[in-house]
Amino acid sequence: MSGCDSTTTPRANDPRAADHPCFSESAHLTHARIHLAVAPACNMQCHYCNRAFDCANESRPGVASTLSTPSEAVARLEEMVERLPTLSVAGIAGPGDPLANPEATFLTFRLIKERFPKLKLCLSTNGLNLPKHLETIRSLGIDHVTVTLNTLDPEVGTRIYPWIFYNQRRWRGIEAARILLEQQQAGVAELTAHGVLVKLNSVLIPGLNAGQMPVINRWAKAQGVFLHNILPLLSHPSHGTYFGLTGQREPSSAELEQVRAACGDARLMTHCRQCRADAAGLIGDKEPASASSPPQTRRVITIQSSGSSHSERLVAVAVDAQGMVNPHFGHTERFQIYRLWSGGCEQLPDRLAGRYCVGPEGCGDHEATLQATVKALAGVHAVLCARIGFTPWQALLTAGIQPDNSQAGVPVATALEYAWHRYGPRQQRLAVAS
Amino acid sequence: MAYHITHRCIGCTACAQVCPSQAVVVDGTRFRILATRCLECAGESFEPQCGAICPVEEAIVDSAGGAVNPLGSLTAIPIVYFSAGSSAP
Repeated sequence: MSGCDSTTTPRANDPRAADHPCFSESAHLTHARIHLAVAPACNMQCHYCNRAFDCANESRPGVASTLSTPSEAVARLEEMVERLPTLSVAGIAGPGDPLANPEATFLTFRLIKERFPKLKLCLSTNGLNLPKHLETIRSLGIDHVTVTLNTLDPEVGTRIYPWIFYNQRRWRGIEAARILLEQQQAGVAELTAHGVLVKLNSVLIPGLNAGQMPVINRWAKAQGVFLHNILPLLSHPSHGTYFGLTGQREPSSAELEQVRAACGDARLMTHCRQCRADAAGLIGDKEPASASSPPQTRRVITIQSSGSSHSERLVAVAVDAQGMVNPHFGHTERFQIYRLWSGGCEQLPDRLAGRYCVGPEGCGDHEATLQATVKALAGVHAVLCARIGFTPWQALLTAGIQPDNSQAGVPVATALEYAWHRYGPRQQRLAVAS
Repeated sequence: MAYHITHRCIGCTACAQVCPSQAVVVDGTRFRILATRCLECAGESFEPQCGAICPVEEAIVDSAGGAVNPLGSLTAIPIVYFSAGSSAP
């Protein structure tokens, strides 16, 4: 690694950073950015990520961005340029890893460059495929690159990354960590050597890599990295991630402060809002800025999204008097029904169940009651409840209904957000390399 | 002999991008493997690519119907966190 060399350290007032809301704290109040979600595939797995949703090192877990093809992305950009006159940056951050989708990513950048030559191009990546695509990044004039780098120590890496896909095979353990870290570090070094403004995102995972933060910070300074962004891990069982499910805790604000202070560097970013892969607007705006206003329908829960509705799904939820998904399937007398569509989630009339389980005494005709309930749920795609026995589970599956007890004990609104992402209509057209 | 993509597929496009036989096609919000094109990467110097990059457990099964990536083998999430019969997160 190169030692401290003042000629590789970028000037704090590099003019290219001045208009980028993430690279410049003052710019974030006035300049807007847009993320174009054209990159769904990823080439590795992090323990804080649930692949059913966006890349969690770039956005809040449990968020699913509206996927676009490159031309759709540019169309969206055209709309946004009008609505956000201070838009200065077009970035690709996900929903997976941009460099695991090189065709879609670089095509999008080319189209943007042609159409809007003044817009800054920005890329966020895990860095695994950075060395492979350095040439293209430079030739396209992508001036800002963010790399998520959580450790310099491969041993620590084995506790964050269960596998990577590299050179046509899946790697695990210490080998995987070594390859990833080598690629990241080589990529960052090359980028800074060629004057690209590099930001490092480091996810602070208590008990795991807190000690690595000052080490990364020192290394970053030596490499000429422009900004180091230490972000808190977001971890909760409802995210369905390894960390969330196994109880890895989030850092407290005191811990985060402490770690940042230990780095003692003015080049720390502190205004990051961990936005989505399809965010648009000023940092911290309610996201994303929607191009079309939602139609007027009775709505209980609204999940902001843009795009036309292709289909809808019904889910049934067993809810107790406190509004929690607590009831046992067999004890549920009525199911709340919700219609999940691309604009949100609408409550429909309840459906009554043939009560399945009448308790140890009155073991009545279970079979008939179960069949009555399954019939009552016709057309429902999934049923959320707290517990469910094997027989009803099988009966539902046979009827094409997905039983789901992952939201046990969760308030219905939160369960619906999960259900919308998990079962809801996906208004995507997928960009496939031909 | 061909691999098959199950309903667990999240449509991330990773397999479609790496398949050496162009055997993976879009199927609604998911993907499908064309049995006439899939050779299970037999004779190649590399392991079956779709199975090697797919992030979702039980999303791809081999011709015997066995999951190429069984529950827990990718995420390392202990099986006890999966409700009986429910999908991996």
